[in-house]
Amino acid sequence: MKAAPALAEGFPDLSGMHVAREPHWFRWLSAALIVVVLVAIARAFAGGQIEWSYVSRFLTAKVILEGIVNTMVMAVLAMALGIVLGVVVAIMRLSPNPVLKSVAAGYTWLFRGTPLILQLLLWFNLALVFPTIGIPGLWSARAVDVMTPFLAALLGLGINQGAYTSEVMRAGMLSVDIGQYEAAQAIGMGRLRALRRIILPQAMRVVIPPIGNEFIGLVKATSLASVIQYPEVLHNAENIYYANSRVIELLIVAGLWYLLVVSILTPLQMLLERRFARGTLQFAR
Amino acid sequence: MTKPLVAIRSVSKHFGEFQALKTVSLDVWPGEVMCLIGASGSGKTTLLRCVNQLTTIDSGGIWLDGELLGVREEGGRLYRLTERQIAQQRLKTGMVFQRFNLFPHKTALENIIEGPVQVQGRKSDEVRSEAIELLRRVGLATKADSYPAQLSGGQQQRVAIARALAMKPMLMLFDEPTSALDPELVGEVLAVMKELAQSGMTMMVVTHELGFAREVADRVVYMDQGAIVESGSALDVLGAPREARTKAFLSAVI
Repeated sequence: MKAAPALAEGFPDLSGMHVAREPHWFRWLSAALIVVVLVAIARAFAGGQIEWSYVSRFLTAKVILEGIVNTMVMAVLAMALGIVLGVVVAIMRLSPNPVLKSVAAGYTWLFRGTPLILQLLLWFNLALVFPTIGIPGLWSARAVDVMTPFLAALLGLGINQGAYTSEVMRAGMLSVDIGQYEAAQAIGMGRLRALRRIILPQAMRVVIPPIGNEFIGLVKATSLASVIQYPEVLHNAENIYYANSRVIELLIVAGLWYLLVVSILTPLQMLLERRFARGTLQFAR
Repeated sequence: MTKPLVAIRSVSKHFGEFQALKTVSLDVWPGEVMCLIGASGSGKTTLLRCVNQLTTIDSGGIWLDGELLGVREEGGRLYRLTERQIAQQRLKTGMVFQRFNLFPHKTALENIIEGPVQVQGRKSDEVRSEAIELLRRVGLATKADSYPAQLSGGQQQRVAIARALAMKPMLMLFDEPTSALDPELVGEVLAVMKELAQSGMTMMVVTHELGFAREVADRVVYMDQGAIVESGSALDVLGAPREARTKAFLSAVI
């Protein structure tokens, strides 16, 4: 057999040449079209029946600021309750104990199966079912006094959130390799310690994006608590426009605040993701 | 008179219809290095997992250091132990997995000190210096602060061995410790295991590394279809097998 020549002829030298930039005509055209549409919408709103001075005046009004603080307080507390419930229910759901399993499944079924606004109304009107509540012989009170708009909103939003969060947590725990659980057992860990030390920290990495999603949903779902008189931002905006009839202006005010809050949450989520990505290649190096 | 460290008596295990272990009986003596060989599905891994109760047995009994595992006998009946008691029994064994199973969110050092600190409740400082010594022993003194994802397969497995040793077990179980490794990384793990064997550790090793078995094992056990076919010194079982099935297996793998 003949020895192969060093390199075959007939292939031109391309070193030093660059791939030309593509013109992307369609991108330019579609961008221009979108700009035109946006300008048209902006013009329409500018000429519409909106008093923009009201928007800027009420954007930082005391009642609105109190409202957004109440919105955030409720969202954070309800999410905290939802996460605690979610973790507990997810652990119950994955336990070998059929009683715990059924209780967890029933909880999720009940609170995902009914509308949130209905649950809020039920909590708020609990006094109609139980005029007095308490522990027999120890403490009792009239339900109307206990079930304030704040407590009703917290229970309604938090318990509902727990049902959704439990499924997110369950997915996260299932995503951790079974070998991790076996390795934890092999060094003498019981089920709960293995969950706390080994499984949950790894599940967190997977669940943060959907939990972030859930939290953003919850921030906006707090507006439903306006129907039970909880003074969150939409409720307060409504109270103002009942008085001055500037409906659209105040709805825009509330809308801007929601947008601002959600815009701040996204980078916070990124920081959290980075924290729990410890040990994964993309951040370890 | 010495007693066996592990006494396995008439152990059976089914997975659904499949019988993984058929009334297996076996003794492992203190200081002994036993290699379990056989085709996949022969029950050797199942037997190993039964010894540290990652798999529960259907019938028979396993005694570790004189203590019946998983159940307690009382008045002619067996009662299952609590999870806590089983976890306590597991502390006597160290397990090394085929796929390492290091905790990916913890550094090499944190992986090693997790068990002694969290489970045995020992002091962090004291455990830490022991862990560094163990890392040195497996040749990874410089990798204490590396995460598993930053280590090669061979390095991860050596950390896993150190993690198991940190619990000060009386018995080390190895489940195909080199099967998931690139060929050039097998030697470094086997070297650590060999050093461990020479230090007098009692070891049960499920392996396909016949060279390792020949060199290090005090006894080689060949399993097929859930039963022990042949057992004896490495020289006998690997060099001059008596059973036809052993001969067939050895000629297939070599």
